[in-house]
Amino acid sequence: MREIFDSTLERLFSDLVTTDVVLAAEGGNWPVELWQNIEESGFTMALVPEELGGAGASWADVCGIIRLCGRFNLPVPLPEAMLANWLLGASGLEGVAGTLSFASGGDLRIENGAVSGSVAGVPWGIQVSRIVAIAQGKVPTVVLLPVEAANLEPGANTAAEARDTLVFASVEPLAKAVLPAVLDLDVLKTGGAMLRAAQIAGALETALNLTTAYAGERVQFGKAIGSFQAIQHQIAVLSEHAAASVMAAEAAFAESGESFAVLPVMAAKICASEAAGIAAGVAHGVHGAIGFTHEHALHLTTRRLWSWRSEYGSLTDWSQLLGRAICAGGSGALWPAITCGTLAAPKDVTV
Amino acid sequence: MSIDQFKYSRIPPEAEALRGEVRAFLADALKDYPPIRRADSWMGFDAEFSRRLGAQGWVGMALPKAYGGGDASPFARYVVIEELLAAGAPVSAHWFADRQSGPQILHYGTDAQRDRHLPAICRGEQYFCIGMSEPNSGSDLASINTRAVRKGDKWIINGQKVWTTNAHRSHYMIALVRTGENSKRQEGLSQFIIDLSLPGITIRPIKDLTGSEHFNEVFFDDLEVGDDAIIGTEGQGWSQVTAELAFERSGPERFLSSIALLHTLIDAVGKHPDALQAKEIGRLAARLVTLRHMSLAVTAQLAAGKNPAWEASVVKDLGAVFEQEIPELAQLLCELPPTSAGGCDHAQVLAYLTQMGPSFSLRGGTREILRGIIARGLGLR
Repeated sequence: MREIFDSTLERLFSDLVTTDVVLAAEGGNWPVELWQNIEESGFTMALVPEELGGAGASWADVCGIIRLCGRFNLPVPLPEAMLANWLLGASGLEGVAGTLSFASGGDLRIENGAVSGSVAGVPWGIQVSRIVAIAQGKVPTVVLLPVEAANLEPGANTAAEARDTLVFASVEPLAKAVLPAVLDLDVLKTGGAMLRAAQIAGALETALNLTTAYAGERVQFGKAIGSFQAIQHQIAVLSEHAAASVMAAEAAFAESGESFAVLPVMAAKICASEAAGIAAGVAHGVHGAIGFTHEHALHLTTRRLWSWRSEYGSLTDWSQLLGRAICAGGSGALWPAITCGTLAAPKDVTV
Repeated sequence: MSIDQFKYSRIPPEAEALRGEVRAFLADALKDYPPIRRADSWMGFDAEFSRRLGAQGWVGMALPKAYGGGDASPFARYVVIEELLAAGAPVSAHWFADRQSGPQILHYGTDAQRDRHLPAICRGEQYFCIGMSEPNSGSDLASINTRAVRKGDKWIINGQKVWTTNAHRSHYMIALVRTGENSKRQEGLSQFIIDLSLPGITIRPIKDLTGSEHFNEVFFDDLEVGDDAIIGTEGQGWSQVTAELAFERSGPERFLSSIALLHTLIDAVGKHPDALQAKEIGRLAARLVTLRHMSLAVTAQLAAGKNPAWEASVVKDLGAVFEQEIPELAQLLCELPPTSAGGCDHAQVLAYLTQMGPSFSLRGGTREILRGIIARGLGLR
């Protein structure tokens, strides 16, 4: 399934996600044709079970899709719609067509069937018609909310991707279900972190490709700058971090199923977030002044890296969470956790 | 090269099933083994321990049963060696034979060479060292000068190897030696299995900066060996050595050298880390998770018969950065000065691994050589 997904989407993105389209989207112009094509291909419903209207794909099947979204600077919420629809499906609700995103965090409450509260940093919030979120109440509840019913405060990240605040005052959800017991309240943050880790991995591939190509073309002192050892070694480091981020994202997706594999997801977001800054630094250093211009496409990637690393938990946020869990377990629990791929390793097995 | 070669590879269940057995064995065998000795990692030499492992079937386990091995998969071997390293078991005696020399003799050796070496390797009784570097040939390995000249059905070897880990405690060296003069330096090199008990060999340990003796200089003065000492094909030494490197550079020993310090650090910090301690320990754990996945991905490629030299270099370079970062962070995160005498376990392990750290990005290929290989894979050279 994965190969078909990846090759289909790569063709579609190659045709439709041009620099002009990305720049226009950053300027607030919704890429109608691109979104239509994505929806018609069914990718927004990929993770919804077949009986609920989707393709029944697993997280392991879609890591390549999310990496491609990062590689191409996709200016529409395909990763977000996939996660939102996954949570609907996992909660027994039908997946929904149309523009869709999700909100994590915030202080949404559900009382007497109506949702109130606010959520911040909602990706593409003002550009989608609906969002999925979790509202607290007697029980944590997955809710599908109409954006038109919200008060909107627009915001944007460093790449001018919409990151908006939505305020709901007693809004009846379009659909709702109890959050399944295998999922915790942070599930959308964890899922968002996994998406961004894979998008960063994809963006790092682009940063590497652009930088390697430029180093081979640009001539100074009579030869391509890529023939200088100082440049070669910097790009080698960039490639190492790109490889590590790809590996970490692949592991996180492969190990996630009904719920997210928390340790691999943490590792993926931590490694990707660290890599983002290192890679952007090398890419800009090698490109010189031309890479600092609006005309050159490099910034489409680096400006995303500079935001994605902070979204859904930064390096510090996830590292502290992981570090506290490891210290609580003591040294004897570290290695069993690493080999099991989970923090809840059996306590009686120690090294 | 391709980043996509880092495919996620789970350890198969039959290999994973070994883990409990290995842990139980180590819990018993190492119950009185202190952290400072565990910090030796794969530099810890204990022939008795190697023989015990051999008796368990855990040395040369991927070699064929016909030669005393276990026909085990590369993943089964991976489970065993990563458990040994994580526990800080003294594996140095048989390490190079298990990782490199055994597989090489199986691949290139004659029947007689296989019979002579493989069963004894698998019993944990026959130890090998790797003779590559010379006084004037470190990173520039193709410039080696040690020379073997044919005399009848014998070879006469003269020259010097240096930085040879375990030469003073090994039975054999697999040495890269010049056997012909060619316009291209990489041609005319051959590998010999040299019996280190022969006359004409002088081995002098070189103390490292901690005062320990791990590596040596080895002199060959009119050393006489038979034609059957050549391993593989005369003149093909360079390609044989290059093929070894992916095995040498991608294993768990390339990122677990400081694991003993990560363990003592976690306990020194205690159950309630402050913000900085939590952040750095979490970051290190994340990197460890990822390096292990990368290393397993390379193992899968090797198992499939590929030569992932680029990917192995990526693992080793990132792994060395990780191993060297642990002592740096450990001294930043706790107000416990390193001690070479007295002090707590953590202070002792910190002192030892801080001093060993520089070697992590020298042995098995320097950082600069690895980044050069990586750049070549990217098409920059």
